[in-house]
Amino acid sequence: MTTDTAAQAAYVVAALLFILSLAGLSQHKTSRSGVVWGIAGMVVALAATVGLASRSITATGLVLIAVATAAGAGIGLWRARVVEMTGMPELIAIMHSLVGLAAAFVGWNGYLDVDAELSGSLLAIHHAEVFIGVFIGAVTFTGSVVAYLKLSARINSRPLTLPGKHVLNIGALVAFVGLTAAFVVRPGMGLLIAVTVIALALGAHLVASIGGGDMPVVVSMLNSYSGWAAAASGFLLANNLLIVTGALVGSSGAYLSYIMCKAMNRSFISVIAGGFGTPAAAADEDEQGEHREINAEETAELLGNATSVIITPGYGMAVAQAQYPVAELARKLRERGVEVRFGIHPVAGRLPGHMNVLLAEANVPYDIVLEMDEINDDFAATSVVLVIGANDTVNPAATDNPSSPIAGMPVLHVWEAANVIVFKRSMAAGYAGVQNPLFFRENTQMLFGDAKQRVEDILRGLDALDAPVREMAGTSR
Amino acid sequence: MVPAEPQPQRIGIPAESTAGETRVAATPATVGRLVALGYDVVVEPGAGASSRFSDAAYQEAGAELGDPWQAEIVLKVNGPSSEEAGRLREGATLIALISPALNPELVEELARRPITVLAMDAVPRISRAQSLDVLSSMANIAGYRAVVEAAHAFGRFFTGQVTAAGKVPPAKVLVAGAGVAGLAAIGAARSLGAVVRATDPRPEVAEQVRSLGGEFLTVTAEQEVSTDGYAKATSEDYNRLAAQLYAEQAADVDIIITTALIPGRPAPRLITAEDVARMKAGSVIVDMAAAQGGNVEGTVAGKAVVTDNDVTIIGYTDLPGRLPAQASQLYGTNIVNLMKLLTPGKDGRLVLDFDDVVQRSMTVVREGEKTWPPPPVQVSAAPAPGGAKEPDPVPAETPAKTARPAWSSYALVAAGALALFLVTAFSPSELLGHFTVFVLAIVIGFYVIGNVHHALHTPLMSVTNAISGIVVVGALLQIGQGDTAVTVLSFAAILLASINIFGGFAVTRRMLGMFSKG
Repeated sequence: MTTDTAAQAAYVVAALLFILSLAGLSQHKTSRSGVVWGIAGMVVALAATVGLASRSITATGLVLIAVATAAGAGIGLWRARVVEMTGMPELIAIMHSLVGLAAAFVGWNGYLDVDAELSGSLLAIHHAEVFIGVFIGAVTFTGSVVAYLKLSARINSRPLTLPGKHVLNIGALVAFVGLTAAFVVRPGMGLLIAVTVIALALGAHLVASIGGGDMPVVVSMLNSYSGWAAAASGFLLANNLLIVTGALVGSSGAYLSYIMCKAMNRSFISVIAGGFGTPAAAADEDEQGEHREINAEETAELLGNATSVIITPGYGMAVAQAQYPVAELARKLRERGVEVRFGIHPVAGRLPGHMNVLLAEANVPYDIVLEMDEINDDFAATSVVLVIGANDTVNPAATDNPSSPIAGMPVLHVWEAANVIVFKRSMAAGYAGVQNPLFFRENTQMLFGDAKQRVEDILRGLDALDAPVREMAGTSR
Repeated sequence: MVPAEPQPQRIGIPAESTAGETRVAATPATVGRLVALGYDVVVEPGAGASSRFSDAAYQEAGAELGDPWQAEIVLKVNGPSSEEAGRLREGATLIALISPALNPELVEELARRPITVLAMDAVPRISRAQSLDVLSSMANIAGYRAVVEAAHAFGRFFTGQVTAAGKVPPAKVLVAGAGVAGLAAIGAARSLGAVVRATDPRPEVAEQVRSLGGEFLTVTAEQEVSTDGYAKATSEDYNRLAAQLYAEQAADVDIIITTALIPGRPAPRLITAEDVARMKAGSVIVDMAAAQGGNVEGTVAGKAVVTDNDVTIIGYTDLPGRLPAQASQLYGTNIVNLMKLLTPGKDGRLVLDFDDVVQRSMTVVREGEKTWPPPPVQVSAAPAPGGAKEPDPVPAETPAKTARPAWSSYALVAAGALALFLVTAFSPSELLGHFTVFVLAIVIGFYVIGNVHHALHTPLMSVTNAISGIVVVGALLQIGQGDTAVTVLSFAAILLASINIFGGFAVTRRMLGMFSKG
């Protein structure tokens, strides 16, 4: 056994541990052990790599590794501890950017520090790999940074529409291919800088031209890119562990993107190429009827007398930070013997599974939080549906109106319930700029105002319902 | 259509004349809602007596007492007798249970008079019309009552008990037909503690049966998925297998409740005399289809009979009427919902809209002209048999996602395989190993992630995020090996990737710690 074979063996073990980790995360029961496997894999991989590097590394190098790792660990653990669950999408986006940047650096190093043994076609391939690694890394970096800025509302989440945006994107790709060919023939620092700049610009433009509602797709797509960036580094360094891990992460992100796209009935290409056309401008201005209002007390009464209630939250719940009062409402209703469940649309929120995390944070048991396909048949037998901060994902036009821009998108069939209460700030159209006929249905009532405040009002209303009963119990004693 | 008149129309509520009928077409509560729609309501004195609604309660709700047959609109439960039909005034509208498919003579007779007749039992089974569907609301009551009748005649516990005096096994109940009545019976029998089994030719109801705590017994034969919400007449092969199933079950269960009806046809015979003979002494059968001829050989409509081997066969046809107050309330509410539909102006004026499929389907006679049977209504877009479960039928106009023909998917795979082959074949041998690993890892990734629970998408992303920090390996191998620039870049890369690794795992653990089961 040499150091080399030991390291290779450790890499195989680490790769298997990573696969176990992802497999573990597919179910609640095994999810915690999945994380343990992941950490174990990482420890094995890092130990083997440091062992491999220590053969030729200087003492300074080792110190630098220790310092960098310690600093990174400090920052990472700190961010992980303080992040709000509503801020999860931002955190994940910015972390993707870090991987992208690191991969780009590794690519640059590959150019600056060429292995002297390479020659002929292998050298050409090495150069191509440098280019691919830098390109994917840089696109991931700026794309994630823009996604982060959009998600944290530091820049407008409206899609940016430059004239000829498709031409710009395709032009950047063509330039990349051309520059790669040139670099393989005659490597030079200038070409590498040029491709880095093009990739940075392409990443920023790609994400800037995608609107806020498509963010679940964007974030999982960037997740995928960060994996491909790692795999590209693996090819560059002839390191199987990097290739395997990068491919695992890349395909997982791609699969999540696919689920999200299917949930919006749109092709991956159309999302990547940017937006629903021009949102809001397409809004149907003529109202399709009158909406009716309800107040919190009446809602409380309705809920108190219901036998089954389904709550369908959307991004609005996250914005209003209403998950705690909503969870409290669910708990109170369940105590009263009302069957309460949550119906989650796959693209609700700004991150795949975002709503589940928010509800889990507020201690909602995960077995009453159901997916669209699991709950869609049950709406007809439901007394009350509370739509909290969701709009397009509950729009009946998607199934009824073939000319609607969101036609064919699978939606939650909330309108089949006996009563629908929609929590909304005003009568404005949703992200897609499509008017929602749900608001004008006979069984729909609107509860206007801040979702958090309204839910708290309903909680007080529910207490008031019980109050007379308690008084009577008191007098009888 | 009635010419515009200033005063509102009157609605008459007669007492039911059919023997044994305990229901009434309006209760004080529904009278209030009819008055709110703008109508004057006239109730025959004593109409609500057998449902325990007093005349005073009706008056309090806004009705007058008087002769209901003089009203422009007459609401009834059962179809009218000839004498009653004769008392309707010209141009009047009658709304009642007519059973037009089973009573063609009654429809003919009504069509001889210049009146309009709407059949409450001809509501199409579409979701919009659910609030009018009196068959559903009555079947629900009847299903519950059937279990109560069975329990009464059974003379033993439904629930299993272990007592100091010994063990009592739970009663076994078989419900044939899991429609509204069947489901109500399953629910009621389950809540009494019995072991409940159910059969139905429609495989799609299995889930509903299980949701109520029943066991679904499948008859393994090809069966069409229902498109009109009712069970169809079944194939011969199916019938043979079903007969076998019933024979086996009859010997095992204590109680059988049959609910099988096919609209416009006599009830299918499910339980033969031999099956009955096989049952244990003291067993009970409730035949809810007795009025349509019965599902059980030996049923007598309207009576409970005891066979030679001491099996009670209950053929009561008035099961809903045995809970009169609630049956009247639900029937009355169905009628109010219909009147809402017929009174678009809420001004006490009835308007019949033949473009509305619900109103068209229910109308059997319009101003003396027979309009039965109506054109058929397709209600549920049933999934293609055997095909994959598709969530919604996508309209043809929808752009993306039209199913590609099979050959094109083969072509795509072939093209992909060819491209992969060429790329691999022309690459230098050093790269081949890496390429193999890369491709296999992608496939593994897809399979591993393919069945991730939807709630774990965010933790999955954060853990893959941490794992993609593995790029640190590259930087670790580069640091301290070359010149300063390389070291600086590697240092930065290690720092960044470490943030990912530690932050990603930590935040995943934190999130997973929050998920709890109820």
